[in-house]
Amino acid sequence: MKQAEVVQKLSCYHCGEPCKDEHLIFEEKDFCCHGCQTVYQILDENDLCQYYDLETTPGFTQAQKSKGLFDYLSSQEVRAQLLDFASEEQERVTLFIPNIHCSSCIWLLEHLERLQEGIVKSEVNFNKRKVSIAYDPRIVPLQNIAELLDRIGYPPLINLEKDEAENEKSYDKKLLIKLGVAGFCFGNVMLLSFPEYLGFETVEPQYQQIFRWLSAMMALPVLFYSASDYFISAFKSLRQKFINIDVPIALGVVTLALRSYYEVLSQTGPGYFDSLVSLIFFLLIGKWFQQLTYRNLSFERDYKSYFPLAVQRIKDNEQTPVLVKDIKKNDQLLIRNNEVIPADSILIDAVANVDYSFVTGEAEPVQKSKGDMIYAGGRLVGKQANFVVQKDVSQSYLTGLWNQNDEQKEQRTLIDQVSQYFTLVIIAVATGSALYWQFTDPSHTWLVFTAVLIVACPCALALATPFTLGSVMRVFARNKFYVKSAEVVEKLQKITTIIFDKTGTLTKSEAHDVSFVGEELSQNESKILTLALASSTHPLSRNILSNLGKKDATTYQLESFDEIPGKGIIAMVNGLEVRIGSAKLGELPRKASDQTSVHIWFGEKYRGQFILQNTYREGIKSLMARLGKSFDLKLLSGDNSSEKQRLAGFFPADSEMFFDQKPHDKLERIKAEQADLTNVMMLGDGLNDAGALKQSNVGIAVSENVSNFSPASDGILDAEEIKNLDKFQDLARSAKKVVIWSFVISFVYNVGGLSFAVAGLLTPLVAAILMPLSSITVVVFTTTAIQVLARKNKL
Amino acid sequence: MSVIVILIITSIVVAALFLGAFFWAVRSGQYDDTYSPSVRMLFEEKKKKENDKKDRSTDQ
Repeated sequence: MKQAEVVQKLSCYHCGEPCKDEHLIFEEKDFCCHGCQTVYQILDENDLCQYYDLETTPGFTQAQKSKGLFDYLSSQEVRAQLLDFASEEQERVTLFIPNIHCSSCIWLLEHLERLQEGIVKSEVNFNKRKVSIAYDPRIVPLQNIAELLDRIGYPPLINLEKDEAENEKSYDKKLLIKLGVAGFCFGNVMLLSFPEYLGFETVEPQYQQIFRWLSAMMALPVLFYSASDYFISAFKSLRQKFINIDVPIALGVVTLALRSYYEVLSQTGPGYFDSLVSLIFFLLIGKWFQQLTYRNLSFERDYKSYFPLAVQRIKDNEQTPVLVKDIKKNDQLLIRNNEVIPADSILIDAVANVDYSFVTGEAEPVQKSKGDMIYAGGRLVGKQANFVVQKDVSQSYLTGLWNQNDEQKEQRTLIDQVSQYFTLVIIAVATGSALYWQFTDPSHTWLVFTAVLIVACPCALALATPFTLGSVMRVFARNKFYVKSAEVVEKLQKITTIIFDKTGTLTKSEAHDVSFVGEELSQNESKILTLALASSTHPLSRNILSNLGKKDATTYQLESFDEIPGKGIIAMVNGLEVRIGSAKLGELPRKASDQTSVHIWFGEKYRGQFILQNTYREGIKSLMARLGKSFDLKLLSGDNSSEKQRLAGFFPADSEMFFDQKPHDKLERIKAEQADLTNVMMLGDGLNDAGALKQSNVGIAVSENVSNFSPASDGILDAEEIKNLDKFQDLARSAKKVVIWSFVISFVYNVGGLSFAVAGLLTPLVAAILMPLSSITVVVFTTTAIQVLARKNKL
Repeated sequence: MSVIVILIITSIVVAALFLGAFFWAVRSGQYDDTYSPSVRMLFEEKKKKENDKKDRSTDQ
């Protein structure tokens, strides 16, 4: 009885999740849980059901909820950190809500004033998944607003991390403005240069000087404002005795400007202002294209974003919210259901269930008893409990992972390697031809020297990489693989070893494969089990229940039901005592194994056990086979080796597998790999992988919901798309070939241009045609090549 | 023929005004969120059925 799942096509009207057999019906609409129904009712009562008209099933499942999560917002100190603006009558706050995903969300969140009196205005920033709310604190405190948002399925994510995106945003704006200035001047200079191309002297010689001076003025802001980044970067790299691509660019731009101003001032020619301005304009477009940012994703999250902003501290029998950063050793904390334990601490209550899924990716809560050390990052499940802090937040076992020094060698990119030789060759050619003219016709010497430097300005070369990598990033994003920067794509090309985490990365974090070991259960026995399990909320019970399928158990009567935390269920069905749970519930005839198993007793008779195995994501096996051809594959798992046999079937025969790896072990393992000069890519999901992700050359966080938590990484991959990993790698590698080919194209143009320049024939018109043409060719070539390759790879 | 000079200066001034408008648009954050305004303008304001229902739900 492997896959006897309920075949029902019903899905929840609110969230779209498939409804289980015991779903709710309200006003002829199906709901998967009470939470979803409540949201619907709230919206219905306030006449906000337009929410459901804009998109179907826009909501989020409300299956797990808890109370009192936002109590700390009542503290003045906490609010002071959060509020954008505060006065007697009005306060304004901006909250991050990862769940914002469609037009219905925007609609509902911008109509909050209908749900709650006191809210004045709310506005959504969709790109950043943020909502800013203005409200009257005398009518409704912030805490109530947060609770309201939580109740309608949009829990705000409030954490210690200050908005690190702010800096990036102002940088973005600067680039846009620089681009605007360059574009404005580009258009005007082109217009003013046009008469020059057609032969000014013969028609209207008196306007020639005016036009030339106007162009010269227009070029000034471009030179000193728009192009400033190139000069700064060139200067910096020269100071480090290294030539990057910006050096020949800056050299070309400076020569262009000097020669042009000289020509205009001495009234000997029109100058090359059109080429100068268009060059900068194209370069900036390239920069802008490459700067694809995912503002709703954060790649820099450290432990702070996992932790709440404040928790309840108990002092002199009084509860007060305290900021996590102010927690000190020996403080007593009261942690409630679903709250994260922010520092390593000792449990002082009798029992507590701690869910370490953030930390290890393992979904099942672990039971802890009095005096146990609880590591920071665990989430309390069930009854609230008291803890005594043992270490400061920043010094806890897990958070220590982030404080490690990360000295990654800065890798020189392909373009920088090329530009070194390029610059030397150009200077050699320029000097050589200048020397030649010095002996034949000295009046041409400087003209030829500058012409060579101008035409060789590697505009096309500089555009090849940003447009190729930018296109690759866009293809990746279309397939739900979001990389932090274009640099990551280049790093991907060098990867030789891929290391996987198991739980949550290769396996699904929630689902389990269920199988029964023992004599097959009869129909009646299954019915009894269904009845007993239906009353349990434990995740394992749910798993087994969905595996048993829908059973009509009306002939049986559940007489008593008792759930013993950490052990299992004892139920009385029609006078028969049924025990379901761990080995501790009765004497076990068989030895316990590493596997997750649920044992069944009917009366005194041991009936057998359900074995729950991780469900592997689709396509893992074929992915490994494909990847195995060109990469070393390894596995680093924090779990025990019970799944080793199954994993061996997936991985190529010679792959190494490591089990029982602590977070620090994982980090050390990556370091050991890198010591052999291999470039390592690590895929992981939990906080326990965070150190390893950071250490590896490319660390990819695998996430089932990309806007949710994920550890700091170079990229975030949607868990469904892990099967395409080899295609991503292929595309990244072929991007390198595309870049090399576009180098060839731009060299051909350069050689063509150089032959004009060396011969002393580089007129402004030739320069104005040749330089943009080479840039456009390269841009068109790289973008189409990447699109064609992506289609070939079925991405 | 000096009219051409006036024309050119006028055209540059007009273009500069648009450049100024672009600066303002960037600085005031109009490029920060390019999705929600496009949706927001399509929202229809329905009239509320009854106003008294409001208070009930918020006090849950």
